Amino acid sequence: MIRLLLKEVKEYKKASLATPCFMVLEVAMEMAIPLLMASIIDNGVDKGDMGHIYKTGVIMIIFAAIGLLAGMAGGRFGAKASTGFAKNLREKMFNHIQTFSFANIDKFSTAGLVTRLTTDVTNIQNAYQMILRMCVRSPISLICAMAMSFYINPKLASVYLVAVVILGAILMLIMSRATKYFSQAFPRYDEMNAAVQENVSAIRVVKAYVREEEETAKFKRTSENIYKIFIKAETAIVYNSPIMQLTVYSCILLISWLGAKMIVSDTLTTGELMSLLTYCMNILMNLMMLSMVFVMITMSMAAVKRIGEVLTEKSDINNPEEPIYEVSNGSVEFKNVNFSYKKDSNEFVLKDINLSIQSGETIGVMGGTGSAKTSLVNLISRLYDVTEGEVLVGGVNVKDYDMETLRNEVSVVLQNNVLFSGTILDNLRWGNKDATYEECVRACKLACADEFIQRFPDGYETRIEQGGTNVSGGQKQRLCIARALLKNPKILILDDSTSAVDTATDAKIRKAFAEEIPNTTKFIIAQRISSVQHADRIIVMENGQVNGFGTHEELLAGNEIYREVYESQTQGGGDFDEKAGE
Amino acid sequence: MAGPMGGPKGGPMGRPPRGVKPQVKNPGKIFMRLMKYVFRKYKWHYIIVIALICVGVLANVQGTMFQKSLIDDYITPMLLVEKPDFTPLLEAIMRVAGFYLIGVVSVYTYNRIMINVTQGVLRDMRNDLFEHMEKLPIKYFDTHSHGDIMSIYTNDIDTLRQVISQSIPQVVNCAMTIVSVFVSMVILNIPLTIVTLCMVCVVLWATKTAAGKSGKYFMEQQKNLGKVNGFIEEMMSGQKVVKVFCHEEENKTRFKEMNDALCDSADRANTFANILGPINAQLGNVSYVICAIVGGLLALGNVGGFTLGGLASFLTFNKSFSQPINQVSQQLNSVVMALAGAERIFKLLDEKVEVDDGYVVLVNAKEVDGALTECEERTGRWAWKHTHQADGSVDYVEVKGDIVFDGVDFGYTDEKMVLHDIKMYATPGQKIAFVGSTGAGKTTITNLINRFYDIQDGKIRYDGININKIKKADLRRSLGIVLQDTHLFTGTVKDNIRYGKLEATEEEIIAAAKLANADGFIRRLPNGYDTMLVGDGANLSQGQRQLLAIARAAIADPPVLILDEATSSIDTRTERIVQDGMDKLMSGRTTFVIAHRLSTVRNSDCIMVLEQGHIIERGTHDQLIEEQGKYYQLYTGNAIKA
Repeated sequence: MIRLLLKEVKEYKKASLATPCFMVLEVAMEMAIPLLMASIIDNGVDKGDMGHIYKTGVIMIIFAAIGLLAGMAGGRFGAKASTGFAKNLREKMFNHIQTFSFANIDKFSTAGLVTRLTTDVTNIQNAYQMILRMCVRSPISLICAMAMSFYINPKLASVYLVAVVILGAILMLIMSRATKYFSQAFPRYDEMNAAVQENVSAIRVVKAYVREEEETAKFKRTSENIYKIFIKAETAIVYNSPIMQLTVYSCILLISWLGAKMIVSDTLTTGELMSLLTYCMNILMNLMMLSMVFVMITMSMAAVKRIGEVLTEKSDINNPEEPIYEVSNGSVEFKNVNFSYKKDSNEFVLKDINLSIQSGETIGVMGGTGSAKTSLVNLISRLYDVTEGEVLVGGVNVKDYDMETLRNEVSVVLQNNVLFSGTILDNLRWGNKDATYEECVRACKLACADEFIQRFPDGYETRIEQGGTNVSGGQKQRLCIARALLKNPKILILDDSTSAVDTATDAKIRKAFAEEIPNTTKFIIAQRISSVQHADRIIVMENGQVNGFGTHEELLAGNEIYREVYESQTQGGGDFDEKAGE
Repeated sequence: MAGPMGGPKGGPMGRPPRGVKPQVKNPGKIFMRLMKYVFRKYKWHYIIVIALICVGVLANVQGTMFQKSLIDDYITPMLLVEKPDFTPLLEAIMRVAGFYLIGVVSVYTYNRIMINVTQGVLRDMRNDLFEHMEKLPIKYFDTHSHGDIMSIYTNDIDTLRQVISQSIPQVVNCAMTIVSVFVSMVILNIPLTIVTLCMVCVVLWATKTAAGKSGKYFMEQQKNLGKVNGFIEEMMSGQKVVKVFCHEEENKTRFKEMNDALCDSADRANTFANILGPINAQLGNVSYVICAIVGGLLALGNVGGFTLGGLASFLTFNKSFSQPINQVSQQLNSVVMALAGAERIFKLLDEKVEVDDGYVVLVNAKEVDGALTECEERTGRWAWKHTHQADGSVDYVEVKGDIVFDGVDFGYTDEKMVLHDIKMYATPGQKIAFVGSTGAGKTTITNLINRFYDIQDGKIRYDGININKIKKADLRRSLGIVLQDTHLFTGTVKDNIRYGKLEATEEEIIAAAKLANADGFIRRLPNGYDTMLVGDGANLSQGQRQLLAIARAAIADPPVLILDEATSSIDTRTERIVQDGMDKLMSGRTTFVIAHRLSTVRNSDCIMVLEQGHIIERGTHDQLIEEQGKYYQLYTGNAIKA
């Protein structure tokens, strides 16, 4: 999984390699300085040799300068490598998601994909930078300091070695315990977020039932859970800094005591003792750093895994090898189609569908909730692939078409439709990016959207907020229809797309369709009988099967479900039908 | 699935793109307020923590001071005598060890206390936020993006964690260190102290320059990040539409542009942040060298009794002096970030809660000697207890469900009226329907009855009482409401139905479900009534969710019902079956029905046709059809043909 992600480092490989190199150089300089310091004291101050002090001082400053440059270069390349890596990763993931089929999209929640593209990538970016800069630096720094200490005095240095081993073991123990608690904490967070989300979106219900106090009490329980788990997790790591200090202090005192004895017995110089004390801090700080890197890596592993899930997801609908780029007409045929959303399931959502529809026909689709109306039409533009049988458009199996060609010729207005932030024109041009203003207006007139757009102060330049929150449900649906019309499709599918539009406007739209785009095959899914009764033929769906297929009159005479629906909506007797001017 | 809100529509709500952190206007004030919040409950904790930090710092300083005496007072004299006595040194080391131990213990203790303080404050803050949020008027939720409200809980509170748990103690710690180290340095040697101070100034200047640049680019990065996140959010939720319109390539190009810009600014911001470390460390080293040279000269010349041991200690102080200064400057950055979050938190806490001046309350009632009196037990009869403010006398009015609108004007903002001069009356048990095209103001009327919004002009009376006099909670309790966007809560099916009446028994729940015709599908769920619903009932179909919402309203057994497109997602065949239940539910209650499916409203006692905030027609179905007006057009869908 990690290897898969690391492939995205790409052009930032050089920077990724340069970072640790410069870090090593910086460490080398940093390590040499205490050594030079010892020399200043022992050979300069002690012997009263000012010349030596100057000389060593100059060398120290040069070393510091090199260290500074190396450190800056390391920081520069570290930033470049990590942000670049994050960029590539984000882009790769985003582009990969663009290839997803509907089935792939269904598998991941929107929120899940967003988190992966945002928070998870940021976490990985931080972890990557940390690894580049610290993973090499800290161990090397630690080893160098240790080596220097051994070089100065092996006996005293062994104190550090023991301290490092003990401290290392304790830190590992603490961290592994803390990681466990922290990983338990995240689901609790999700719980709390869900509670807030629920209350924000359902505030009308909460207030209507006067449940503010109960909800607050419920929330407090969740919040208490978070409190408890975090207290546990943080109590586990609270030992970190005191234990660290304890070790440092013990080392200092031990070294002081042993060092003093050695100086007295003339096996150690004062300068050397001071250098040793400096290294002490250095060694233990680096150990601390390593344990932090360790925590960071474990935490980012979750992100790595989640991103890996997206990257390894294979789109299950792909372009054929030799695609057909021409859809000859708008005829649609279903041949023995069985369909299921899950591949290995025997429960079919659509069973044994056989339909033949001619180009230019208007087809109504009726049926109760869950009768698979949407599933049926989704197969036409190959949003999902059939499990068995085949779907033909213009006499050719949809699997043989170039997907873009097919989807441009089969225009779908989805049930849960979305407008994007931008002007109305921007949104319309999703249908056809080269559409002129006049073409857009014409499409809007057909969809009865022009009338309300003209009433906006900015007309077609009116900005639509994200998700289309500043237009009403009915207006949104009409804009979506206009957008789909701009494709000039051979087949137009309206999946319950006029449910929020009032009956009169709905009728107007249907009339415009019949007059202006007579050659386009139209599928209209609707609950409202008036939306479909004027169609050339009507499909009645029931439990994934075609229950009836015929004209309004035929179905009224011969189809029980249709008649029932019809009666339920037009109750009040024949009296009314006459008035409606059938 | 976020449906459109039922509230005010139209008029773009200008809000900055998410993720962009606006500059905090008054950081000092917000910081003080935050401190006040923390101190309110944890004053003593904090005082103890600060005392312990001081102890820890002093223990550390005395240890460093010991390095001077180690060389000067113990090692150097011992070198001069033949048979050195190590006992005084051992004693000194033991003494230092004792202080160190105290230091370690206090560090542990204050860290431990800080956990409770931090987590406690965060918990209190979350609870306060939530409690306050629940009291806010609907208007707040209609005018603020839900994502922004969420982000207060998810992001802003978390940024406070660092400030409370780390920044504040660290600043105290650093201040203490700086002061004590400075004093020690002055005691050791004044000229060297001056040299050190000069170097610190250089370091600070370099830090400020780099941090300034970094900060500027960080702002830019946040802005770009906000853009990228916004784009991602929008496209991920519209991914299916993207597919349908074959918009993948355009998306990739647009994304690449934004992503590259983000990478660019992130690169710069991180570069400057990264080089801060080496600059500080290496300039620190230079400072060290200069002090060594100057100190060496001083020690050699024995100026002012400066010794070699003194130099050793001084050099350690030199290191521990520049460190805390850098730390403080770094902490300041995260404090500023957190203050932006705190500002948003306090802004929510400052939002005005729903005002409720109502004094008429809902009580259980029974008839004693022909007069209505209050009683404890549930009788199925309710009364408004009207305590007159003038003389304190009490009246009881039976709750019947008589609702009158008298010349009501209303607008979500004062500039734009949505409803004009609405007059209507509903006598108990009547079914009143509202029809009209989208945006005509149907939902708005129901928002007024339960006082989600208050009217600008006119009067609404409920059983003869002005609804402004009724306590909001009691008013709402007497109204059952089923909304178009059904919202269910995480919990079992049973819990969700019980939401309407918390003390409902199992039998009552099943009876309510049967009434709404939901019993059938509930029993087919994997665990029947105990099936868990998550994510707003995502495992149910829209129609099933509406049935549950109807059951929820049924169990509450209110005298007045408001059904706002309650059956819009139920297919007409099922609706017909539900209709029986609905009719049962509606019988004897005043019911307000909003529907665009006209079959739902046909049998109403009165149908109001709304257009642009005016009632343009009213009457029964037959009367309105007779009139051949707007209703006739809507109903037949033959506006153009006719």
